[in-house]
Amino acid sequence: MRMSKIVRTGACILYPLIIIFGLYVVVHGHLTPGGGFQGGAVIATAAALVLVAFSHEEIAGMVRKAFLSAQESLGLLLFIGAGILGLLAGAPFFANILANSGLLFGLPVPPGPNPGDLNTAGVIPVMNIAVGVEVWGGLAIILVYLFSATGGERT
Amino acid sequence: MKKVLVAAIFLVWAAGLCTIPLFLSFGDPAATDMDTYFIRTGQAAAAANNIVTSIVFDFRGFDTLGESVVLFTAVTGVALMFRARKEGEEHEDE
Repeated sequence: MRMSKIVRTGACILYPLIIIFGLYVVVHGHLTPGGGFQGGAVIATAAALVLVAFSHEEIAGMVRKAFLSAQESLGLLLFIGAGILGLLAGAPFFANILANSGLLFGLPVPPGPNPGDLNTAGVIPVMNIAVGVEVWGGLAIILVYLFSATGGERT
Repeated sequence: MKKVLVAAIFLVWAAGLCTIPLFLSFGDPAATDMDTYFIRTGQAAAAANNIVTSIVFDFRGFDTLGESVVLFTAVTGVALMFRARKEGEEHEDE
């Protein structure tokens, strides 16, 4: 069973906006409140919205469980890789070697209050994106599994 | 009798919890060295404006790795549980 056409149309309009807002929270984690966990949870609510609005058969064609699982593993591997990056440069594990280096995300930050630049903070944005991808895939696949276990029936 | 005992233990516990703050002055323990260090040097060391994020992902990145592994393990458990259940019922395409 599926919800009425009004709910389905509303979900179709809303879910790209939710994903864009979640990506904004993830990418601006080092400048504004939020970060990888919070942004990933916001994006996972878009998956919840689609799961609630559409029927079980439509979801099976729309969402690939293997893709979400691979996305979660990829996020965790990227996070550990960002930590090993410090070891490769001769610094301790999880050392922030990209900060103040002039490379990717490497601009220095002026002291005191400032509007902020996206191209700062070293490995912190990389880790934010990695954790965001992981939480997005993880929470979405939990929702998909729980939904498919009910057979799509609502009580 | 058992209920009375449980109620008595609960009352003692609650009374202790309510009286302990009376013996402590507000704000103890007042060790603020760590806070001062993060506020003074966090912005320059991690090159990030958001000091909370720089603590979570830079100064204490190992904690965050643990959190991520916890989430990964939870998802793995859910996937294993529902995958085993589905094989017993019927086969359907992923």
